[in-house]
Amino acid sequence: MSTEAVGLRAGLRLKSQVCATEVIVIRPGTRPLSLCCGGVPMLGRDASGAAETTPVAERMRGSLLGKRYTHPGDDAVEVLVTVGGAGSLSDGETDLVLKEAKPLPASD
Amino acid sequence: MSISMLLSMAAAAFADRVALGRRADGITFSGLERDANAGATLLREDAAGSVAFIGQNSPLLPTLLFAGAAAGLPLVPLNYRLPRDVLRGLLDRLDAPVVVADSRYVEIARSTGHRVIAAEEWLSAARRTEPVPGPEADPGSAAVLLFTSGTTADPKCVVLRHSHLLSYVLGTVEFASAEERDCALVSVPPYHVAGIGSALTNVYAGRRMVYLPDFDPARWLELVRSEGVTGAMVVPTMLARVVEHLGGANADCPALASLAYGGARMPLPVLEQALRAFPETGFANAYGLTETSSTIAVLGPEDHRKAIESDDPVVRARLGSAGQVVPGIETQIRADDGSVLGPGATGELWVRGEQVSGEYRGAGSVLDADGWFPTRDLARLDEDGYLFLSGRNDDTVIRGGENIAPAEVEDALLTHPAVAEAAVVGVPDDEWGQRLVAVVVRREDAKADAAELRAHVRGLLRGSRTPDEVVFRDELPYTPTGKIIRRHLVAWLSPPVAG
Repeated sequence: MSTEAVGLRAGLRLKSQVCATEVIVIRPGTRPLSLCCGGVPMLGRDASGAAETTPVAERMRGSLLGKRYTHPGDDAVEVLVTVGGAGSLSDGETDLVLKEAKPLPASD
Repeated sequence: MSISMLLSMAAAAFADRVALGRRADGITFSGLERDANAGATLLREDAAGSVAFIGQNSPLLPTLLFAGAAAGLPLVPLNYRLPRDVLRGLLDRLDAPVVVADSRYVEIARSTGHRVIAAEEWLSAARRTEPVPGPEADPGSAAVLLFTSGTTADPKCVVLRHSHLLSYVLGTVEFASAEERDCALVSVPPYHVAGIGSALTNVYAGRRMVYLPDFDPARWLELVRSEGVTGAMVVPTMLARVVEHLGGANADCPALASLAYGGARMPLPVLEQALRAFPETGFANAYGLTETSSTIAVLGPEDHRKAIESDDPVVRARLGSAGQVVPGIETQIRADDGSVLGPGATGELWVRGEQVSGEYRGAGSVLDADGWFPTRDLARLDEDGYLFLSGRNDDTVIRGGENIAPAEVEDALLTHPAVAEAAVVGVPDDEWGQRLVAVVVRREDAKADAAELRAHVRGLLRGSRTPDEVVFRDELPYTPTGKIIRRHLVAWLSPPVAG
């Protein structure tokens, strides 16, 4: 199992070690993050490994496909879920939060 | 990170949902993804540098857009009405273009000397090709190149990078927000930014698209009814033709939940008639530019309803506004000296945001040091941030030192029952610098003469804004997407140079 936090940059794709979740970093934010899913650090999508890893039970509330998540302490962070899964996203011990968007009418 | 991500998410979420064409036999989201990836494999084998498209809007447009993206090549949709020499001129400006052309345009495309493949051949070749994954395009690379319509000057080639388009789609569209039954009718041409926007936003929403090339109001209404279309986007000239075709009757399109319009100024009388003809439909006025990756401000259905029902003149007036800016866009109204103006004052609209490109191929970026883009549109904001546009800065007529926005005079003319269409332009004049000339198309059987129309405007606006002349024509010159080509009118009205 890997526990190394991955340095975030826009366009970086990460996968969960404990479920199907995949994300893409839209905006990395202003501070370094330890992006986790199910309480376990996420890996680069193309990294190998990710076996025999035990998730943290209270961080298995799910990530939703197509939703954007941000950091409660840094709204410059934006992470998009490209494959949904059972684990929830966090920065270490801090849960990321759903970014609510005002629905706009289709315009083109 | 590229726009390919939008399609791969949609294909994962609703693989078997129809994305393009009729529900019975259309192309599914997974089918579109496969065609795009196979098409990308072909394009890489061809060592193409860009993909030009000469054709009408059809399921091929999203296929080519996503194929180009998966191959890391920009798609360049060209106006299929252009004459050969102009087409060649535009193609010569591109990197190693492979031209995909509808069969009726293959001959003219070949005559430019560039590599050409017929659309059906390209698609059937893609369907025989096994997709080979390639590297994902860089977010900073060009996804789409669009030539502006060139109503005031030669066409400029706008560069829209993956990052701009992604920022637009992610900022304005909720993923998977469409229901399975939803369907969008696309009738803008592929070389209009809304044609590109529709391909991206509908795919990300999971909404099926059907197409109407060669706009015709009767066929548009027929398609809305027969396909159960729930959303459509039109340019104002299209909506005017639909309203005229209906002649006051109800449109009888109960499934049509939303109708967006944009791309040019909407005459208020047309909008009011349209609201009566489509009582069940939510209207949205979208304002955007090619350089801003489509929509940057929207007047939504609720705004339309409130404005129509309100007795408050401030709220009522919003029917003529472009609504409020979308998330991620900032605005400034600037005076000629560059100072930033407050609510109520008219100046040039500057915008900033991640979806704003403001970059032209060959000429570079026109963003200022802080990232602001000059739209060249005159506008003001009201106290609540509603955006009111009053025409292009370049169209401003300077008559005897006074700046006159043609839109204001055109709106005044359009309130006269005899006036069907109006364009106001400045014509060189020895005494005034420019004199104000109104070119008017009268309604059938209407008899109002120049003196009557001048008196009508004088009754509404101050005297200096009364046209010096009113001339009549059978029609006005428009671009295919409904913008008046003012320079043609100025040329027609100006005396030929002696010699």
